[in-house]
Amino acid sequence: MQYLLMIYRSEAELGKMDPAARQKMSAEYGTFTQSIIQSGNFKAGDGLQPSTTATTVRVRDGKILTTDGPFAETREQLGGYYLIEAKDLDTAIGIAARIPGAREGSIEVRPIMIYK
Amino acid sequence: MTPGEIDTIFRDEAGRALATLIRLVGDFDLAEDVLQEAFAVALERWPAAETPSNPRAWLVNVGRNKAIDRIRRQIAFRVKQEELTRELQLGAAGAEDDGEAGLDDDMLRLIFTCCHPAFAPEVQVALTLRTICGLTTAQVARAFLVTEEAMGQRLVRAKQKIRLAGIPYEVPDRDALAPRLNGVLAVVYLVFTEGYVATSGAELMRPDLAREAIRLGRLLDALMPQRREVKGLLALMLLHDARRAGRASAGGDIVLLEEQDRTLWDKSQIAEGLSLVEEALRLPGRPEAYAVQAAIAALHARAPNYEDTDWKQIAGLYEVLLRISPSSVIELNHAAAISMVDGPARALDLTDAISARGGLDGYELLPAVRADLLRRLGRHQAAREAYLAATAATQLEPLRRLYARRLAELDRR
Repeated sequence: MQYLLMIYRSEAELGKMDPAARQKMSAEYGTFTQSIIQSGNFKAGDGLQPSTTATTVRVRDGKILTTDGPFAETREQLGGYYLIEAKDLDTAIGIAARIPGAREGSIEVRPIMIYK
Repeated sequence: MTPGEIDTIFRDEAGRALATLIRLVGDFDLAEDVLQEAFAVALERWPAAETPSNPRAWLVNVGRNKAIDRIRRQIAFRVKQEELTRELQLGAAGAEDDGEAGLDDDMLRLIFTCCHPAFAPEVQVALTLRTICGLTTAQVARAFLVTEEAMGQRLVRAKQKIRLAGIPYEVPDRDALAPRLNGVLAVVYLVFTEGYVATSGAELMRPDLAREAIRLGRLLDALMPQRREVKGLLALMLLHDARRAGRASAGGDIVLLEEQDRTLWDKSQIAEGLSLVEEALRLPGRPEAYAVQAAIAALHARAPNYEDTDWKQIAGLYEVLLRISPSSVIELNHAAAISMVDGPARALDLTDAISARGGLDGYELLPAVRADLLRRLGRHQAAREAYLAATAATQLEPLRRLYARRLAELDRR
């Protein structure tokens, strides 16, 4: 099965990090990403620019409406994702728990829909 | 065979038969459907004929054949059809070689699936009651005080999640087993406590739920022998439940431990509980919370009366419990035991210290414990206020009547 692991964390907290901590975190992400590439679970993954750069698009009555900012204002924001291949939910949860961001923020694990 | 006897067989075998069918057909919903069909066939045939010597194998066999028929009929599966049918037949052939041990594994798989931490606790409880205990959706709905329709939807969503999210149908491996087993036991204990003291409503106890929880405990102890936490929980439930007949009057009023007629307690269930506590405590390892709680219940069960209970040892066991799983509720229980060792004044100090930390905000039994201590200290006005607070804090009618009785007694002084 494939799962999308969505990494949510507080951008406000992230902004307060000092450069050394930031560097340490990005090194941890590098190690983690390498490990799931090697184990064959990695399909894709990216970090996202902050939610202040987001634009939300809706089409109503054929008109495109855009709003500045993310879909919902929440305490934690989507900051990145991994798309992984895993044999079941337990494996996916195990991988999600190893994402460095899981220690501060939270990871939402969602199965990818399969079209038959 | 009478319909009643058939019904008992269904109740006893439903969980295990379903567990094996899920493994064979690889789909929760399909397994449930074909098991229902197998029950229908049994209802038709069994009254007139000899009961099969192994009803579970019979039900699994009929269910499996129904599943094969159904897959053959499904045109959508045209391409995969042969493959699936072959898989089923292969699986079925394997099942017969597995013997009892294989079937036990199926049951454990089903238990761990229903109690998967990816479900909210109340969903775990509902799934367990429905699929492992074999309760109907209507019965589960009643246990949760929701409509049958709402419960039906909740169960459908849960089974959908099993399939779509890829919740594995297996017993966790060694590393994950202990925490996952704790999750399973928490579900069983949740079923039991709701049966032991209902959270709301007219009845103090719901013995049907307590019985289901004990049945689950026995099942787990049979499937996973030599686990201290399983034996401890089963002992704890048996010892608590053994007092059931003494805990309420004929009119449904609460009878407190100190006033209970101990001859009403179930002696054989106490004996079973006591021997399980001993087994649990003998198994190697650090003290385990359920076993320690069971040891406390054992001291109560063995005591000739309230005053001659070994309160000192009970207070000591609560201290052990506080070290393994600290919580304000256990502190409160410890304080209540201390009131019997060092007197109510010392216990009131402890209780006030817990509530000063805010550890028991919203815990509905806190004012009741305070009220009892104040009453015993002769501080009648403060006790009155605490009983009023306790009354406001509970939604359970028998508890309200108990507090009303206490208030009336205080007014007479």
